[in-house]
Amino acid sequence: MILIFVIAILFIGGILAWLSEFINPKLPRVVAVICLLVNGVLLLTLLDAPTLVQDGIDGDWLVHLKASWLPRFGIYFQVGVDGLSLLMLLLTVFLGIISCGAAWNEIVDRAGFFYFNLLWTLAGVAGVFVALDLFLFFFFWEVMLIPMYLIIAIWGHENKNYAAMKFFIFTQVTGLLMLISILVLAYSHYQQFGYFSFDYFELKNVQLGSSLGMAVMLGFFISFGTKLPTVPFHTWLPDAHSQAPTAGSVMLAGILLKTGAYGLIRFTLPLFPEATATFTPIAMTLAAISIVYCAKVAFAQTDIKRLIAYTSVSHMGFVMLGIFAWNAQALQGAVMTMLAHGLSAAALFMLAGGLQHRIHTRDMSNMGGFWTKVPLMSVVALFFSIAALGMPGLGNFVGEFLVLLGAFRVSVPLTVISAFGLILASVYSLWVLQKVFQGKYDSGKIDDASLVDLSRQEMIFYIAMMLGLVWMGMYPQSFLDMSATTLDHLLQSTEALRVGL
Amino acid sequence: MLDLIWLLPGFPLAGFLILTLTGGRLPKNLVALVGAGSVGLGFLVAALASYELQSSGADHFTRLLWTWMAAGNFQSDFAFYMDSLTVVMILIISGVGFLIHLYSTGFMLDDPSYSRFFAYMNLFVASMLVLVLADNLVLLYLGWEGVGLCSYLLIGFWYEKPSNGYAARKAFVVTRVGDTSMAIGLFLLFSQLGTLNIQDLMHNAQEQWQLGSGMAIAASLLLLGGAVGKSAQLPLQTWLPDAMAGPTPISALIHAATMVTAGVYLIARTHILFELAPSVQLLVAWLGLITLLLAGFTALTQHDIKRILAYSTISQIGYMFLGLGVGAWSASVFHLMTHAFFKALLFLAAGTVILSLHHEHNIFKMGGKRKQLPVAFWSFVIGSLALAAFPYTSGFFSKDEILLGALEMGGPGIWLWAGGVLGAFLTGMYSFRLVFVVFFGESKGHHEAREVTGFSMVAPLMVLMVFSVFGGWIQVPVDNVFSHGAIQEEHHVSFIMHAIMIAVPLLGIGVSYLFYVSRTFSVEKLMANKTAAALHKFWFSGWGMDALYQRLFVKPFVSLARANKKDIIDGIVSIIVRAITVANSLMVRTQNGQLRWYAASMVAGLVIILAVGVLL
Repeated sequence: MILIFVIAILFIGGILAWLSEFINPKLPRVVAVICLLVNGVLLLTLLDAPTLVQDGIDGDWLVHLKASWLPRFGIYFQVGVDGLSLLMLLLTVFLGIISCGAAWNEIVDRAGFFYFNLLWTLAGVAGVFVALDLFLFFFFWEVMLIPMYLIIAIWGHENKNYAAMKFFIFTQVTGLLMLISILVLAYSHYQQFGYFSFDYFELKNVQLGSSLGMAVMLGFFISFGTKLPTVPFHTWLPDAHSQAPTAGSVMLAGILLKTGAYGLIRFTLPLFPEATATFTPIAMTLAAISIVYCAKVAFAQTDIKRLIAYTSVSHMGFVMLGIFAWNAQALQGAVMTMLAHGLSAAALFMLAGGLQHRIHTRDMSNMGGFWTKVPLMSVVALFFSIAALGMPGLGNFVGEFLVLLGAFRVSVPLTVISAFGLILASVYSLWVLQKVFQGKYDSGKIDDASLVDLSRQEMIFYIAMMLGLVWMGMYPQSFLDMSATTLDHLLQSTEALRVGL
Repeated sequence: MLDLIWLLPGFPLAGFLILTLTGGRLPKNLVALVGAGSVGLGFLVAALASYELQSSGADHFTRLLWTWMAAGNFQSDFAFYMDSLTVVMILIISGVGFLIHLYSTGFMLDDPSYSRFFAYMNLFVASMLVLVLADNLVLLYLGWEGVGLCSYLLIGFWYEKPSNGYAARKAFVVTRVGDTSMAIGLFLLFSQLGTLNIQDLMHNAQEQWQLGSGMAIAASLLLLGGAVGKSAQLPLQTWLPDAMAGPTPISALIHAATMVTAGVYLIARTHILFELAPSVQLLVAWLGLITLLLAGFTALTQHDIKRILAYSTISQIGYMFLGLGVGAWSASVFHLMTHAFFKALLFLAAGTVILSLHHEHNIFKMGGKRKQLPVAFWSFVIGSLALAAFPYTSGFFSKDEILLGALEMGGPGIWLWAGGVLGAFLTGMYSFRLVFVVFFGESKGHHEAREVTGFSMVAPLMVLMVFSVFGGWIQVPVDNVFSHGAIQEEHHVSFIMHAIMIAVPLLGIGVSYLFYVSRTFSVEKLMANKTAAALHKFWFSGWGMDALYQRLFVKPFVSLARANKKDIIDGIVSIIVRAITVANSLMVRTQNGQLRWYAASMVAGLVIILAVGVLL
């Protein structure tokens, strides 16, 4: 039942937040945070839940629920949580609260509708992380799209309509491909077993020919790869990020991108072990290109949000590299990178958003020497830049190191190319620090009337994320242990079918 | 105390945390107490733990703190490992480190960012201690990267000047090139040997790999890549001379106690891998030799007091690499120690000179400062004597051992020996060029300047002077770490060779004397010669390496990145969008409301369909 609550609270909370605006315009944000806190507590109770033993659901499920929905087509309301899902849900709730913090003072116009969209996006994401029926999964996949579109289109910056439309079309078109793939899969199940099914566990048994399997797999891959995003489907992201309000960027980078990676781990590789094994060299090549190419493009940007957006693509390249390497170290590393990048990218976007809020520009060529003006903000920026460039002792290093360690056993050349991303990450990260915070302060270039240091409230959020990254970096075992059983299981279930490839 | 060995990096780390979290709100004397005191406490822990290890009779000790990360069959721990090599390293790092901290409490007194300075310094020492204490290569890598980060922060300490920021980034990125090579080495080692615990790794390598096997060569080459980055050896030496941008005590820390010795330590620690790949080991020797000569020539031409010392560091680390390459492991570690003494002394003394002369760096604007700056003068004399391997100073013993090691190697050893001797000549020359130009001759400028003194700044110099002179008598008991081969025997070298090795540095000092004191030779006349002038310019630029890298890597990368700022892939996507827009407008145009046009297109369509039907 907890799962139903978790999702329902987000949906209903969204409506309540909207309505509460009519009582007091400052109420919606409070409603949103309360909903998320309640969800957080609910999820924490799952931490010591025992693994279920039940027929027909292989895995280490902590919670599982299956209710009839459209039985005629084999569609059920089936949700479940295992270690991997739980980690992702916790990340979602944590960053959800952070996004509320980012929006707290920034969003004043139509706040009720904003928090409605925020909570509904999160509801969609939470649904994606728990759905075990592919039809239901697709439903949630679409749910998270539209409110996010509205967040960019309504509360975005100067070029918001273009960015929102681009985001929408990219996600929608590729979502359509996934829908087709899901339908083909369900129909193939009908052909082979005599009835329609969208059940995740049942669809694993469907046998597709090699060319049909590849086509269906690609439907999933392109959809998830666009969300992740990976080269060449990444170009919506820089626009969406640079135009979205800060809270939107935090959710995009921190949570929404992770649904793509989650989809690859949960669905694409387990459902199509043979096709993905054949496809692995291409996917890993795309990942390596993403890492190096986007790091290089990031370096050239002058819009600070665009720059961080490109670094996101670069870091998510490590995630895809790890997923397709498909062994214990690489997968654990991919999950760890998802968590760590969730925090570090969210924090960097918050910093960029905070800067834009203060000086009304994102153009780095107008910045410089801010260390003397905003020392606290500078230290925080230093911390998260260092985290992002993969400093050992912080979460991102653990993730990327394990990914590369695992990927090396699959492809030496691609791992070596990807490792160059480590050098390039240091180049662009330090460049940003130099451009914005170091150097001589020139007050003539910007409107610095409101350039004030971080407030106590902002610091609370940043400190929370810093502690998270230090925890992940110094004692990653808390997180690795949670996802280990899930990932081991996925590896074992596909092992037999991938052999010899 | 052995069980509490984690306190050793723990104290400086705590110092870092205290100074960071208080964010500069502590009064300066408290900052000094925390900053220098934490390293001092660390030294006490190191000394007690070392004593305990020696007296226990065990040759190593491991302390597991917690499992860092475990995934599948991979595991890496937060665990510290101590043997006699570690003992030497931790004593140098915390001991010399403490003296440098003590000195800094006086040197940095007027700086507004006093607290930030000590925070970074403490983190630096803590990282370096983790590096040498790590029992596995991943933890070592943590210290390794931490050292790189702190050097970045400290070199760019005065961040308002963009050139400092540039130097800092250069240091970080250049060393990171090496670090990445090392990381790939780690991946290779794990994939082949199934562990990254250093002792297990060495054991497995000996079991599984043949002498000279391809894997051993690849692995040791990749680790060497990391080592040359951190230790500023060819081809990644270019960051070190620019690293002078930070406050002077930092240079002392980077050059003497931490950072640049990391590469030497790494090779010494994994020496079994290098012994399995003799070709790579020989490469280490040659790299060391070439680096020490190139840097020696360059040091002859510099006029920034700190740059001269920087090139001398590169050169002396070259000696250590030479020693590692010829298998004189203990001698290299010995030289690492003596070098830490006299290089810290020289840099701190340079700090005194610079501070006393109002931030003057150019030695040719000094001159005759013997009387004005007596402490600095004697520090420089003693430090330079040790650097030039004057008989019975500390540097003499250690350099001697390395050169004898080269001689005993046989084969190409004689050439390595000869190169090393030439390097010793250069060392004598450039080190005393500095002494003669700064402290002798007639006084130029800064007549009113008075030497900055005070207990905190003079005491470290005194201690280091003692160690620079007598440090050669300290027994470095590291033979048992390297003793799986033949135990070091007494050297059997002919008297003539010995005489040469003693005489050559003196000759170098003598030549310097003839140029800069007696003026028997004239630099001006030499520079009148076109070839000499061109050579001077070439050496001065560090053999044109910076310009080469600028042209080879930096410029192409930057221009390529700038050219593709708009992301060509987005351009391709836009083409699709434009194509759709164009198609759309064409379609729109067909709906023009004219009956003729509709009728005609219907007929045309019909014809085409019929034609297709007939033809098929």
